[in-house]
Amino acid sequence: MTVALPLTIREAVLALSNTPDARLIQGGTDMMVEINFNHLKPNNIIALRRIQELRTWQKNADGTVTIGAGVPYQEMESGELKQLVPALAEAARTVGSPQIRAAGTLGGNLGTCSPAGDGLPVLFALDAVVHLQSHEALRQISIHEFMLGVKRNARNANEIITAVTIPLLNGWQGYAKVGVRNAMVISVASACLAIDKSTNSVRIGLGAVGPTIIRCRDAESWLSQQFDFSSTTGIDGAVAKEFGRRVTLESKPIDDHRSTAEYRRHAVGVLAQRLITRAYPS
Amino acid sequence: MNETIGNEMYSLHINGQDRPVVDAWVGESLLYVLRERLGLPGAKGACEQGECGSCTVLMDGDAVCSCLVMAATAVGSDIVTVEGLIEQNPTMAVTAQAITSQVTDVQQAFITEGGVQCGFCTPGLIVAVHHLLDKNPNPTELEVKESISGNICRCTGYGRIFAAVEAVVQVRKANS
Repeated sequence: MTVALPLTIREAVLALSNTPDARLIQGGTDMMVEINFNHLKPNNIIALRRIQELRTWQKNADGTVTIGAGVPYQEMESGELKQLVPALAEAARTVGSPQIRAAGTLGGNLGTCSPAGDGLPVLFALDAVVHLQSHEALRQISIHEFMLGVKRNARNANEIITAVTIPLLNGWQGYAKVGVRNAMVISVASACLAIDKSTNSVRIGLGAVGPTIIRCRDAESWLSQQFDFSSTTGIDGAVAKEFGRRVTLESKPIDDHRSTAEYRRHAVGVLAQRLITRAYPS
Repeated sequence: MNETIGNEMYSLHINGQDRPVVDAWVGESLLYVLRERLGLPGAKGACEQGECGSCTVLMDGDAVCSCLVMAATAVGSDIVTVEGLIEQNPTMAVTAQAITSQVTDVQQAFITEGGVQCGFCTPGLIVAVHHLLDKNPNPTELEVKESISGNICRCTGYGRIFAAVEAVVQVRKANS
Protein backbone atom coordinates (compact mmCIF):
# COMPACT_ATOMS: atom_id res chain seq x y z
CA MET A 1 0.00 0.00 0.00
CA THR A 2 1.16 3.53 -0.79
CA VAL A 3 -0.08 6.96 0.19
CA ALA A 4 0.55 9.74 -2.33
CA LEU A 5 0.53 13.32 -1.06
CA PRO A 6 0.24 15.57 -4.11
CA LEU A 7 0.47 19.33 -3.63
CA THR A 8 -1.34 20.38 -6.81
CA ILE A 9 -4.39 19.17 -8.74
CA ARG A 10 -2.06 18.41 -11.66
CA GLU A 11 0.10 16.13 -9.51
CA ALA A 12 -3.02 14.47 -8.14
CA VAL A 13 -4.58 13.63 -11.54
CA LEU A 14 -1.22 12.33 -12.78
CA ALA A 15 -0.91 10.13 -9.70
CA LEU A 16 -4.46 8.89 -10.36
CA SER A 17 -3.71 8.03 -13.99
CA ASN A 18 -0.60 6.12 -12.84
CA THR A 19 -2.44 4.22 -10.09
CA PRO A 20 -6.00 3.74 -11.44
CA ASP A 21 -7.02 1.60 -8.44
CA ALA A 22 -6.16 4.37 -5.96
CA ARG A 23 -8.79 5.60 -3.51
CA LEU A 24 -9.04 9.35 -3.05
CA ILE A 25 -9.16 10.65 0.49
CA GLN A 26 -9.94 14.25 1.44
CA GLY A 27 -10.90 14.86 5.10
CA GLY A 28 -11.00 11.13 5.87
CA THR A 29 -14.12 11.27 8.03
CA ASP A 30 -15.93 8.58 5.98
CA MET A 31 -13.09 6.42 4.73
CA MET A 32 -11.20 6.13 8.01
CA VAL A 33 -14.29 4.66 9.69
CA GLU A 34 -14.32 1.91 7.05
CA ILE A 35 -10.59 1.32 7.49
CA ASN A 36 -10.74 1.35 11.31
CA PHE A 37 -13.43 -1.33 11.24
CA ASN A 38 -11.62 -3.43 8.61
CA HIS A 39 -14.36 -2.90 6.05
CA LEU A 40 -11.87 -1.43 3.62
CA LYS A 41 -8.26 -2.35 2.93
CA PRO A 42 -7.19 0.06 0.20
CA ASN A 43 -4.29 -0.74 -2.07
CA ASN A 44 -3.25 2.79 -2.82
CA ILE A 45 -4.35 6.12 -1.47
CA ILE A 46 -4.12 9.58 -2.97
CA ALA A 47 -4.56 12.09 -0.16
CA LEU A 48 -5.87 15.46 -1.34
CA ARG A 49 -5.66 17.39 1.90
CA ARG A 50 -2.38 19.15 1.13
CA ILE A 51 -3.62 20.59 -2.18
CA GLN A 52 -4.10 24.29 -1.42
CA GLU A 53 -5.93 24.90 -4.73
CA LEU A 54 -8.77 22.72 -3.45
CA ARG A 55 -9.06 24.70 -0.23
CA THR A 56 -10.04 28.03 -1.78
CA TRP A 57 -13.35 29.53 -2.89
CA GLN A 58 -14.30 32.54 -4.93
CA LYS A 59 -17.29 34.65 -5.88
CA ASN A 60 -17.70 34.81 -9.66
CA ALA A 61 -18.83 37.74 -11.81
CA ASP A 62 -21.78 35.74 -13.18
CA GLY A 63 -23.57 35.56 -9.84
CA THR A 64 -22.22 32.22 -8.67
CA VAL A 65 -19.73 31.07 -6.08
CA THR A 66 -17.18 28.31 -6.69
CA ILE A 67 -16.13 26.36 -3.62
CA GLY A 68 -13.08 24.11 -3.74
CA ALA A 69 -13.67 20.44 -2.98
CA GLY A 70 -11.27 20.66 -0.03
CA VAL A 71 -12.83 23.61 1.79
CA PRO A 72 -13.84 22.26 5.20
CA TYR A 73 -17.42 22.70 6.43
CA GLN A 74 -16.26 24.97 9.25
CA GLU A 75 -15.44 27.64 6.66
CA MET A 76 -19.02 27.58 5.31
CA GLU A 77 -20.65 27.98 8.72
CA SER A 78 -19.85 31.66 9.15
CA GLY A 79 -18.35 34.68 7.44
CA GLU A 80 -18.86 35.62 3.80
CA LEU A 81 -19.84 32.15 2.58
CA LYS A 82 -22.69 32.17 5.11
CA GLN A 83 -23.88 35.51 3.71
CA LEU A 84 -23.71 34.21 0.14
CA VAL A 85 -25.24 30.75 0.62
CA PRO A 86 -27.14 30.73 3.94
CA ALA A 87 -28.64 27.26 3.39
CA LEU A 88 -25.16 25.79 2.95
CA ALA A 89 -24.07 27.43 6.21
CA GLU A 90 -27.05 25.90 8.02
CA ALA A 91 -26.37 22.48 6.51
CA ALA A 92 -22.65 22.73 7.32
CA ARG A 93 -23.44 23.49 10.95
CA THR A 94 -25.42 20.24 11.26
CA VAL A 95 -22.55 18.07 9.99
CA GLY A 96 -21.17 15.85 12.76
CA SER A 97 -19.27 17.83 15.38
CA PRO A 98 -16.77 20.72 15.24
CA GLN A 99 -14.02 18.10 14.86
CA ILE A 100 -15.79 16.57 11.84
CA ARG A 101 -16.51 19.99 10.33
CA ALA A 102 -12.82 20.90 10.56
CA ALA A 103 -12.00 17.88 8.36
CA GLY A 104 -15.10 17.13 6.26
CA THR A 105 -15.63 18.77 2.87
CA LEU A 106 -18.17 19.09 0.04
CA GLY A 107 -15.71 17.14 -2.12
CA GLY A 108 -15.95 14.24 0.31
CA ASN A 109 -19.74 14.51 0.49
CA LEU A 110 -19.89 14.37 -3.33
CA GLY A 111 -17.35 11.56 -3.57
CA THR A 112 -19.18 9.40 -1.03
CA CYS A 113 -22.58 10.42 -2.42
CA SER A 114 -24.62 9.15 0.50
CA PRO A 115 -28.28 10.27 0.33
CA ALA A 116 -27.81 11.36 3.96
CA GLY A 117 -24.91 13.69 3.09
CA ASP A 118 -25.86 17.06 4.58
CA GLY A 119 -24.36 19.19 1.81
CA LEU A 120 -26.16 17.44 -1.03
CA PRO A 121 -29.79 18.67 -0.59
CA VAL A 122 -28.40 22.22 -0.72
CA LEU A 123 -26.50 21.52 -3.94
CA PHE A 124 -29.66 19.99 -5.47
CA ALA A 125 -31.94 22.85 -4.39
CA LEU A 126 -29.50 25.42 -5.79
CA ASP A 127 -28.78 23.53 -9.07
CA ALA A 128 -25.05 23.32 -8.37
CA VAL A 129 -22.48 22.24 -10.94
CA VAL A 130 -19.69 19.77 -10.09
CA HIS A 131 -16.18 20.24 -11.53
CA LEU A 132 -14.32 17.05 -12.46
CA GLN A 133 -10.70 17.06 -13.55
CA SER A 134 -8.79 14.21 -15.20
CA HIS A 135 -5.23 14.37 -16.53
CA GLU A 136 -6.79 15.03 -19.92
CA ALA A 137 -9.76 17.30 -19.39
CA LEU A 138 -11.89 19.38 -17.09
CA ARG A 139 -15.64 18.89 -17.30
CA GLN A 140 -18.57 20.39 -15.47
CA ILE A 141 -21.70 18.40 -14.77
CA SER A 142 -25.00 19.30 -13.14
CA ILE A 143 -25.47 17.86 -9.65
CA HIS A 144 -28.69 16.30 -10.94
CA GLU A 145 -26.68 14.20 -13.41
CA PHE A 146 -23.77 13.66 -11.02
CA MET A 147 -25.55 11.72 -8.26
CA LEU A 148 -26.77 8.40 -9.68
CA GLY A 149 -27.82 6.40 -6.63
CA VAL A 150 -26.85 5.35 -3.13
CA LYS A 151 -23.10 6.03 -3.01
CA ARG A 152 -22.96 6.05 -6.82
CA ASN A 153 -21.96 9.03 -8.92
CA ALA A 154 -20.86 9.97 -12.43
CA ARG A 155 -17.21 10.54 -11.54
CA ASN A 156 -14.92 8.55 -13.84
CA ALA A 157 -12.12 6.55 -12.25
CA ASN A 158 -9.49 8.95 -13.59
CA GLU A 159 -11.24 12.09 -12.34
CA ILE A 160 -10.92 14.17 -9.20
CA ILE A 161 -13.77 16.32 -7.89
CA THR A 162 -12.13 19.73 -7.73
CA ALA A 163 -14.94 22.18 -6.96
CA VAL A 164 -18.63 22.92 -7.02
CA THR A 165 -20.24 26.05 -8.45
CA ILE A 166 -23.39 27.29 -6.75
CA PRO A 167 -25.72 29.96 -8.18
CA LEU A 168 -26.42 32.82 -5.76
CA LEU A 169 -30.16 33.34 -5.44
CA ASN A 170 -32.19 36.32 -4.33
CA GLY A 171 -34.49 35.10 -1.57
CA TRP A 172 -34.72 33.20 1.68
CA GLN A 173 -33.03 29.80 1.93
CA GLY A 174 -32.59 27.32 4.72
CA TYR A 175 -31.84 23.74 5.71
CA ALA A 176 -33.50 21.54 8.30
CA LYS A 177 -32.82 18.01 9.41
CA VAL A 178 -34.23 15.37 11.71
CA GLY A 179 -31.95 13.05 13.67
CA VAL A 180 -32.01 11.30 17.00
CA ARG A 181 -30.23 14.13 18.82
CA ASN A 182 -29.10 17.70 18.21
CA ALA A 183 -25.37 17.25 17.71
CA MET A 184 -23.23 14.61 16.07
CA VAL A 185 -25.93 12.89 14.12
CA ILE A 186 -26.53 11.47 10.65
CA SER A 187 -29.81 12.69 9.24
CA VAL A 188 -32.93 10.54 9.26
CA ALA A 189 -34.55 13.03 6.90
CA SER A 190 -33.45 16.46 5.71
CA ALA A 191 -34.61 19.24 3.43
CA CYS A 192 -33.21 22.38 1.83
CA LEU A 193 -35.63 25.05 0.67
CA ALA A 194 -34.59 28.04 -1.43
CA ILE A 195 -36.64 30.90 -2.83
CA ASP A 196 -35.60 32.58 -6.07
CA LYS A 197 -37.42 35.90 -6.31
CA SER A 198 -35.99 36.71 -9.74
CA THR A 199 -37.83 33.74 -11.28
CA ASN A 200 -40.60 33.77 -8.65
CA SER A 201 -39.90 30.13 -7.85
CA VAL A 202 -39.18 27.82 -4.93
CA ARG A 203 -36.85 24.83 -4.88
CA ILE A 204 -36.80 22.01 -2.37
CA GLY A 205 -34.29 19.16 -2.15
CA LEU A 206 -34.84 16.20 0.18
CA GLY A 207 -32.09 14.12 1.81
CA ALA A 208 -32.16 10.56 3.21
CA VAL A 209 -35.61 9.79 1.78
CA GLY A 210 -34.58 8.15 -1.50
CA PRO A 211 -31.62 6.63 -3.35
CA THR A 212 -30.58 10.11 -4.47
CA ILE A 213 -31.46 13.58 -3.24
CA ILE A 214 -34.98 14.32 -4.49
CA ARG A 215 -36.16 17.59 -6.00
CA CYS A 216 -39.93 17.93 -5.53
CA ARG A 217 -40.80 19.46 -8.89
CA ASP A 218 -44.56 18.94 -8.54
CA ALA A 219 -44.75 20.49 -5.09
CA GLU A 220 -42.51 23.36 -6.25
CA SER A 221 -44.70 24.24 -9.24
CA TRP A 222 -47.90 23.83 -7.20
CA LEU A 223 -46.63 26.30 -4.59
CA SER A 224 -45.53 28.76 -7.30
CA GLN A 225 -49.14 28.93 -8.46
CA GLN A 226 -50.45 29.44 -4.92
CA PHE A 227 -48.04 32.04 -3.60
CA ASP A 228 -46.16 35.12 -4.78
CA PHE A 229 -42.58 34.78 -3.52
CA SER A 230 -41.99 38.52 -3.62
CA SER A 231 -44.69 38.79 -0.96
CA THR A 232 -43.77 40.42 2.32
CA THR A 233 -46.68 38.81 4.14
CA GLY A 234 -46.69 35.43 5.81
CA ILE A 235 -47.76 32.24 4.07
CA ASP A 236 -51.22 30.90 4.83
CA GLY A 237 -51.02 27.96 7.24
CA ALA A 238 -53.21 25.74 5.06
CA VAL A 239 -51.02 26.40 1.99
CA ALA A 240 -47.85 25.57 3.95
CA LYS A 241 -49.46 22.36 5.20
CA GLU A 242 -50.58 21.32 1.72
CA PHE A 243 -47.05 22.05 0.43
CA GLY A 244 -45.71 19.68 3.09
CA ARG A 245 -48.22 17.02 2.08
CA ARG A 246 -47.23 17.31 -1.58
CA VAL A 247 -43.52 17.08 -0.69
CA THR A 248 -44.29 13.90 1.26
CA LEU A 249 -45.81 12.36 -1.89
CA GLU A 250 -42.57 12.87 -3.82
CA SER A 251 -40.32 11.26 -1.19
CA LYS A 252 -39.26 7.62 -1.65
CA PRO A 253 -37.94 6.53 1.74
CA ILE A 254 -37.11 3.03 2.92
CA ASP A 255 -36.96 1.25 6.28
CA ASP A 256 -33.39 0.84 7.53
CA HIS A 257 -31.33 0.75 10.74
CA ARG A 258 -31.75 4.49 11.22
CA SER A 259 -35.51 4.89 10.84
CA THR A 260 -38.66 3.71 9.09
CA ALA A 261 -40.06 4.77 5.74
CA GLU A 262 -43.28 5.85 7.42
CA TYR A 263 -41.53 8.15 9.87
CA ARG A 264 -39.27 9.63 7.20
CA ARG A 265 -42.24 10.37 4.93
CA HIS A 266 -43.94 12.18 7.79
CA ALA A 267 -40.74 13.98 8.82
CA VAL A 268 -39.90 15.48 5.39
CA GLY A 269 -43.44 16.83 5.09
CA VAL A 270 -43.05 18.55 8.45
CA LEU A 271 -39.62 19.88 7.47
CA ALA A 272 -40.99 21.32 4.20
CA GLN A 273 -43.91 22.96 6.00
CA ARG A 274 -41.57 24.34 8.65
CA LEU A 275 -39.06 25.73 6.13
CA ILE A 276 -41.67 27.56 4.01
CA THR A 277 -43.17 28.98 7.21
CA ARG A 278 -39.71 30.12 8.29
CA ALA A 279 -39.30 31.81 4.90
CA TYR A 280 -42.68 33.58 5.17
CA PRO A 281 -43.63 33.76 8.85
CA SER A 282 -47.06 35.13 9.67
CA MET B 1 7.04 18.56 -2.33
CA ASN B 2 4.99 15.78 -3.86
CA GLU B 3 5.60 12.62 -1.84
CA THR B 4 4.53 9.02 -1.97
CA ILE B 5 4.82 7.01 1.21
CA GLY B 6 5.11 3.25 1.01
CA ASN B 7 5.87 0.97 3.90
CA GLU B 8 9.12 2.72 4.65
CA MET B 9 9.51 5.21 7.44
CA TYR B 10 7.69 8.51 7.48
CA SER B 11 7.91 11.34 9.96
CA LEU B 12 5.25 13.36 11.76
CA HIS B 13 5.67 16.73 13.44
CA ILE B 14 4.17 16.27 16.90
CA ASN B 15 4.36 18.60 19.89
CA GLY B 16 7.18 20.52 18.25
CA GLN B 17 9.31 17.48 17.42
CA ASP B 18 9.85 15.34 14.33
CA ARG B 19 8.80 11.83 15.25
CA PRO B 20 9.74 8.99 12.88
CA VAL B 21 7.12 6.27 12.42
CA VAL B 22 8.77 2.95 11.57
CA ASP B 23 7.47 -0.49 10.64
CA ALA B 24 3.92 0.79 10.42
CA TRP B 25 1.17 -0.05 7.93
CA VAL B 26 0.57 3.25 6.10
CA GLY B 27 -3.22 3.02 6.46
CA GLU B 28 -3.09 3.33 10.25
CA SER B 29 -5.02 6.13 11.91
CA LEU B 30 -3.17 8.96 13.60
CA LEU B 31 -4.74 7.82 16.88
CA TYR B 32 -3.21 4.35 16.52
CA VAL B 33 0.18 5.76 15.56
CA LEU B 34 0.20 8.18 18.51
CA ARG B 35 -0.72 5.53 21.03
CA GLU B 36 0.89 2.35 19.72
CA ARG B 37 3.90 3.60 17.73
CA LEU B 38 4.95 6.82 19.44
CA GLY B 39 4.17 6.29 23.10
CA LEU B 40 1.69 9.15 23.33
CA PRO B 41 -1.36 7.58 24.99
CA GLY B 42 -3.07 10.86 25.93
CA ALA B 43 -5.54 10.71 23.03
CA LYS B 44 -7.99 7.93 23.84
CA GLY B 45 -9.58 5.43 21.48
CA ALA B 46 -13.23 4.69 22.13
CA CYS B 47 -15.56 4.75 19.15
CA GLU B 48 -12.97 4.98 16.35
CA GLN B 49 -15.62 6.55 14.12
CA GLY B 50 -15.47 10.22 15.08
CA GLU B 51 -18.50 10.14 17.37
CA CYS B 52 -16.99 10.51 20.83
CA GLY B 53 -14.15 13.06 20.57
CA SER B 54 -11.94 11.29 23.12
CA CYS B 55 -9.12 11.16 20.53
CA THR B 56 -9.21 14.91 19.79
CA VAL B 57 -5.87 16.50 18.85
CA LEU B 58 -4.91 19.77 17.18
CA MET B 59 -3.84 19.53 13.56
CA ASP B 60 -2.66 22.75 11.90
CA GLY B 61 -4.63 24.64 14.55
CA ASP B 62 -7.91 22.73 14.11
CA ALA B 63 -9.35 20.33 16.67
CA VAL B 64 -9.86 17.03 14.82
CA CYS B 65 -10.58 13.40 15.67
CA SER B 66 -7.23 11.64 15.35
CA CYS B 67 -9.05 8.35 14.67
CA LEU B 68 -10.29 9.83 11.38
CA VAL B 69 -6.91 11.08 10.18
CA MET B 70 -4.83 8.65 8.17
CA ALA B 71 -1.47 9.18 9.89
CA ALA B 72 0.57 9.08 6.69
CA THR B 73 -1.52 11.95 5.27
CA ALA B 74 -0.55 14.11 8.26
CA VAL B 75 3.06 14.36 7.07
CA GLY B 76 3.89 18.07 7.01
CA SER B 77 1.11 19.00 9.43
CA ASP B 78 1.67 20.50 12.86
CA ILE B 79 0.12 18.15 15.41
CA VAL B 80 -0.39 18.92 19.09
CA THR B 81 -1.64 16.25 21.47
CA VAL B 82 -2.82 16.72 25.04
CA GLU B 83 0.74 15.89 26.14
CA GLY B 84 2.03 18.87 24.16
CA LEU B 85 -0.35 21.54 25.40
CA ILE B 86 1.90 22.57 28.27
CA GLU B 87 4.93 22.97 25.95
CA GLN B 88 2.81 24.82 23.40
CA ASN B 89 1.61 27.29 25.99
CA PRO B 90 4.42 27.73 28.53
CA THR B 91 2.97 30.99 29.74
CA MET B 92 -0.51 29.59 30.05
CA ALA B 93 0.03 27.93 33.39
CA VAL B 94 -1.24 30.90 35.29
CA THR B 95 -1.30 29.67 38.84
CA ALA B 96 1.69 28.64 40.91
CA GLN B 97 -0.07 25.37 41.62
CA ALA B 98 -0.52 24.70 37.92
CA ILE B 99 3.14 25.36 37.15
CA THR B 100 4.42 23.04 39.84
CA SER B 101 2.14 20.21 38.84
CA GLN B 102 2.80 20.69 35.09
CA VAL B 103 -0.77 21.07 34.02
CA THR B 104 -2.33 23.82 31.96
CA ASP B 105 -4.89 26.24 33.35
CA VAL B 106 -7.66 24.26 31.65
CA GLN B 107 -6.48 20.99 33.18
CA GLN B 108 -6.19 22.66 36.58
CA ALA B 109 -9.73 24.02 36.29
CA PHE B 110 -11.08 20.55 35.42
CA ILE B 111 -9.41 19.27 38.61
CA THR B 112 -10.57 22.13 40.80
CA GLU B 113 -14.14 22.16 39.52
CA GLY B 114 -14.55 18.38 39.52
CA GLY B 115 -14.88 18.10 35.75
CA VAL B 116 -13.16 14.71 35.77
CA GLN B 117 -14.84 11.51 36.87
CA CYS B 118 -13.77 8.34 35.04
CA GLY B 119 -11.41 10.53 33.03
CA PHE B 120 -11.66 8.76 29.69
CA CYS B 121 -13.15 11.72 27.82
CA THR B 122 -10.96 14.25 29.66
CA PRO B 123 -7.94 14.51 27.32
CA GLY B 124 -10.21 15.12 24.33
CA LEU B 125 -12.21 17.71 26.24
CA ILE B 126 -9.05 19.45 27.43
CA VAL B 127 -7.84 19.79 23.84
CA ALA B 128 -11.29 20.97 22.66
CA VAL B 129 -11.52 23.57 25.45
CA HIS B 130 -8.00 24.89 24.76
CA HIS B 131 -8.94 25.16 21.10
CA LEU B 132 -12.13 27.06 21.94
CA LEU B 133 -10.63 29.50 24.44
CA ASP B 134 -7.52 30.22 22.37
CA LYS B 135 -9.78 31.35 19.51
CA ASN B 136 -12.62 32.79 21.54
CA PRO B 137 -11.57 33.99 25.04
CA ASN B 138 -15.08 35.00 26.03
CA PRO B 139 -17.52 32.42 24.63
CA THR B 140 -21.27 32.45 25.20
CA GLU B 141 -22.92 29.44 26.83
CA LEU B 142 -24.12 28.28 23.39
CA GLU B 143 -20.63 28.62 21.92
CA VAL B 144 -19.18 26.52 24.75
CA LYS B 145 -21.86 23.85 24.27
CA GLU B 146 -21.42 23.77 20.52
CA SER B 147 -17.64 23.65 20.72
CA ILE B 148 -17.67 20.56 22.93
CA SER B 149 -20.68 18.96 21.24
CA GLY B 150 -18.29 16.48 19.63
CA ASN B 151 -16.91 15.31 22.99
CA ILE B 152 -19.09 12.80 24.77
CA CYS B 153 -18.87 12.45 28.56
CA ARG B 154 -21.05 9.83 30.19
CA CYS B 155 -20.14 10.61 33.82
CA THR B 156 -20.32 14.27 34.68
CA GLY B 157 -23.50 15.43 33.00
CA TYR B 158 -21.32 18.30 31.70
CA GLY B 159 -22.27 20.75 34.48
CA ARG B 160 -18.86 20.66 36.11
CA ILE B 161 -17.15 20.82 32.72
CA PHE B 162 -19.04 24.05 31.95
CA ALA B 163 -18.01 25.32 35.39
CA ALA B 164 -14.37 24.51 34.58
CA VAL B 165 -14.57 26.40 31.27
CA GLU B 166 -16.12 29.38 33.02
CA ALA B 167 -13.39 29.29 35.69
CA VAL B 168 -10.66 29.42 33.02
CA VAL B 169 -12.41 32.31 31.27
CA GLN B 170 -12.51 34.27 34.54
CA VAL B 171 -8.89 33.50 35.49
CA ARG B 172 -7.59 34.42 32.04
CA LYS B 173 -9.61 37.65 32.11
CA ALA B 174 -8.20 38.55 35.51
CA ASN B 175 -4.65 37.86 34.29
CA SER B 176 -4.90 39.64 30.96
